[in-house]
Amino acid sequence: MFANIIPAFIVGGLICVVGQLFMDLTKANIQPAHVLVSFVTAGVVLGGLGLYEPLVRIGGAGATIPLSGFGYTLAKGAMEGAQSSGLLGAFSGGVEAAAVGIAAAVIFGYLTALVFNPKG
Amino acid sequence: MSNSNLRPPVINLTPEEYKTMVQRISPKPKAIKNAVLAFMVGGLICSIGQILINIYINYFGLSKVSAQTAGTATLILIGALLTGLGVYDNIVRFGGAGGIVPVTGFANSMVSPALEYKREGYVFGVGGKLFTVAGPILVYGIATSILVGIIYVLLRL
Repeated sequence: MFANIIPAFIVGGLICVVGQLFMDLTKANIQPAHVLVSFVTAGVVLGGLGLYEPLVRIGGAGATIPLSGFGYTLAKGAMEGAQSSGLLGAFSGGVEAAAVGIAAAVIFGYLTALVFNPKG
Repeated sequence: MSNSNLRPPVINLTPEEYKTMVQRISPKPKAIKNAVLAFMVGGLICSIGQILINIYINYFGLSKVSAQTAGTATLILIGALLTGLGVYDNIVRFGGAGGIVPVTGFANSMVSPALEYKREGYVFGVGGKLFTVAGPILVYGIATSILVGIIYVLLRL
């Protein structure tokens, strides 16, 4: 039960290092939003090319918890949808696969913003 | 006490100017230190995710895919709550991308502006600002995934 935690730590840590280097070593003023958008898009592209799957197999949550894993889920869903129901599935598959994540973010985000007040 | 008379030194620089100054003076050690911190914090958050997934598989009998989804949702909840409590901003300040890149950072990117603009009301403030960062993420993520799906369909013809 604990054997997969260390690979998750290493793979997840390394993916975050890529994001950190992206912020530190490029000249442009890169904000968190740029990092997140880049990671989700990169995850979709890598997922589509079949290059993200091995990372998930090795790293488990280390690959699925970073936002690139969200992109991978979108790509995987779109490809599975395309396979089962063609063009329509290509449209629906990604959102269907990511639906729980999106819904959780909306409801938990909304409720938190409702309950708490800004500091200062 | 005498300490109360001391004021913190004032630096007449905008945060941007200060940042570029610091980068000019010490670019490499900072990047390495940041990378190590990002590795530790990001790795730790993903480990917590893995522990949650293991629990969901072993004690709740979920399938691997369902457990991964549930683990992601749980971390989103944790990230949102920690943002509401004002703790997550410190995690990002400490861990940089290690706090930004995991889904907890995604939750933070939604709750943080929604809280900040709560004054503007529940439609444009909370409802709208939840998607300040999540909006672009969903636009690019979903659009790219549809493109991947269409290419997949075309390749199979």
